[in-house]
Amino acid sequence: MIREVLKDQRGHVRAAARPPIAAAHLRKDAWWALPLTTFVVLTAFIIYSTWAALQNAHYYVAPYLSPFYSPCISKSCVHSTFGYGLPDMTFPVIGVLSPAFLILWGPGLFRLTCYYYRKAYYRSFWLAPAACAVRDVKGGYSGETRFPLIVQNFHRYAWYVAVIFIVLLTWDALLAFRFPDPRGGTQFGIGIGTLVMWINVIFLAGYTFSCHSCRHVCGGHVDVFSKTPARSSLWHVLTRLNEKHPTFAWLSLFSVGLTDLYIRLVSMGIIRDLRIL
Amino acid sequence: MPTYTMRVFRGDPGGGEFKDYRVETGEGMVVLDVIHRIQATEAPDLACRWNCKAGKCGSCSAEINGKPRLMCMTRMNLFEEGETISVAPIRTFPLIRDLVTDVSYNYEKAKQVPPLRLKPPDPDGKYRMMQEDVDRAQEFHKCIECFLCQDVCHVIRDHEEHKPKFAGPRFFIKIAGLAMHPLDTVDRTKWVGTHAGVGLCNITKCCTEVCPEHIHITDNGIIPMKERMADNVDPVVWLLRKFRGAKGKQPA
Repeated sequence: MIREVLKDQRGHVRAAARPPIAAAHLRKDAWWALPLTTFVVLTAFIIYSTWAALQNAHYYVAPYLSPFYSPCISKSCVHSTFGYGLPDMTFPVIGVLSPAFLILWGPGLFRLTCYYYRKAYYRSFWLAPAACAVRDVKGGYSGETRFPLIVQNFHRYAWYVAVIFIVLLTWDALLAFRFPDPRGGTQFGIGIGTLVMWINVIFLAGYTFSCHSCRHVCGGHVDVFSKTPARSSLWHVLTRLNEKHPTFAWLSLFSVGLTDLYIRLVSMGIIRDLRIL
Repeated sequence: MPTYTMRVFRGDPGGGEFKDYRVETGEGMVVLDVIHRIQATEAPDLACRWNCKAGKCGSCSAEINGKPRLMCMTRMNLFEEGETISVAPIRTFPLIRDLVTDVSYNYEKAKQVPPLRLKPPDPDGKYRMMQEDVDRAQEFHKCIECFLCQDVCHVIRDHEEHKPKFAGPRFFIKIAGLAMHPLDTVDRTKWVGTHAGVGLCNITKCCTEVCPEHIHITDNGIIPMKERMADNVDPVVWLLRKFRGAKGKQPA
C-alpha cells in the first residue's frame, strides 16, 4: 500500500477518498455558543421591532421621535419631521398597519444584506456552517448565486438608502434639543432622551460608514492610489473604521432598539425624561 | 512534565481510526514535536508532512481538536494537562496516509487563475509603481499556501459538487492581489464569478479565522472582489466612470 501511494505521488494519479472519519466535526470547544447567542439576540430584535412597528403609537414625545418612525412623512403622524405632512399613505397595504413599515424596509434591507450580518445569520439561522469545520446541516447549497440570495450582491444600493436615513436621524437628533416652551414656541434644552438619540445616531453612522460597500465605493475600487490621493486617504480612514464594523453592527442594533424603547416608555408615562439643561 | 493523550488518526483511503498515544511533553513543545516524539518512540510509520517548523512552509496543516491549524504553531501549553487532543488530517482533501493528504486540487486551481498582463512600460522602457500602490496587495503575498482556508471553506469541504467551479479563498486573494495590481490590464470581475465561483462564498469568514498569517481574506480579498462585480451593475459607478473618462480593462 505504501509503495502504491508513493508511486501515485510521483505520477498524476491522485488519492480519491477523503479521510474516513465519520464524525461531523471533532471540535471540543463550545462552538455552538456564538451562533446560538446570535440567533437569540437577532430573533429578539426582530420580534421587538415588528411589535413596535405594529403599535403605531407612543413613538413621539416632544422633542423625541423614535428611529423606527423616522421620518414621519404622513399626515397621520403625531409629529411631522419636516413640519408638514404628506397625504396619508395607505399604499402599499402594509402602510395601513403602521407608517413604520414604510420606513423600516430601508434600514432593514441594509442590515439584511450587510456583509457582517450575512456571516452572523448564515451561521446562526442557516447553519451553513454553524461554526468553522462543523459540517453544513443542509445539502443543495448554492451560496449567493441564485434568487433570492443573489440579491445580497446589491448591498451597496441598500447602503445608499442607509446614508439618507443617517441624515434624517441626525436631523431628528438636532430637533431633540428643541423642547416645547410652556410660554409657547420652543427652547433649547438637553434631556436624557437627547443623549440617547445622539448616541444612537453616532452608532448608526459608525455602522453605516464602516460598511464594506462604503469602503469600496469611496476608494476601494481604485488600483493606483498614488494618482488619487483623496480617495486613497479616505480608503485608509474607512479601512480603520471597517475593522470595527461588527462592533458597530451590534452597538447600533441595541441602540436603535433601546432608543425606541426609551421614547416609548417616556411617551407612555412609565418613566420620566430627566432634563440636564 | 505534563502528559497528554494524543488521539492521532491512522489510516489510508481504505479505512482508518484514531489511536491513542500517551506522550510526555517538555517546555515550549508544539503539536508537531509531539507527533515527532510519537514517531520516534511508538509509531515510526506515522505519516506526517512537515518542513520548516516555523510556520512559514505551510506543510504541517492538520485539524487539532477539530480546528484547522498548523501543527508547528500550536503550542502544547494551550491545552489542559492530561487532556485528550485529537490530531486529524485536513478533511477536505483526499487522504494519502495518516496525517498526509493530497492537496493537488489547489495546484489545479492555481493554474486556472488568469496571470498578470502588464501595461506597456514607460517611454524609457521601465515599469514604475509607487509603494502605496502595492501596499494593499502585499498582505496577500504573506500567504504560505498551507491551504487551511481551503480546508475550512464549507463550499469545498461539504459540497463536493461545487469543487470543479469553485476556486476557494486562497485563490480569491490571489485574484484580488492581481486585480489590485497597479500595472495589470486584465478585468477579472466577470471571470471571478463565472470561473472561480465567488458567488458561492457566503462570507462566513472561517477562512480568515484559521489563517496562520492573519490575512484578512474575506474583508480585504473576497468582499472587494464581490464589490468589483457589483460595480459592473451600479449606475452610479457607471456615471462616475463616464465622468472621469476611466479606461476599462481587458476581460480575462
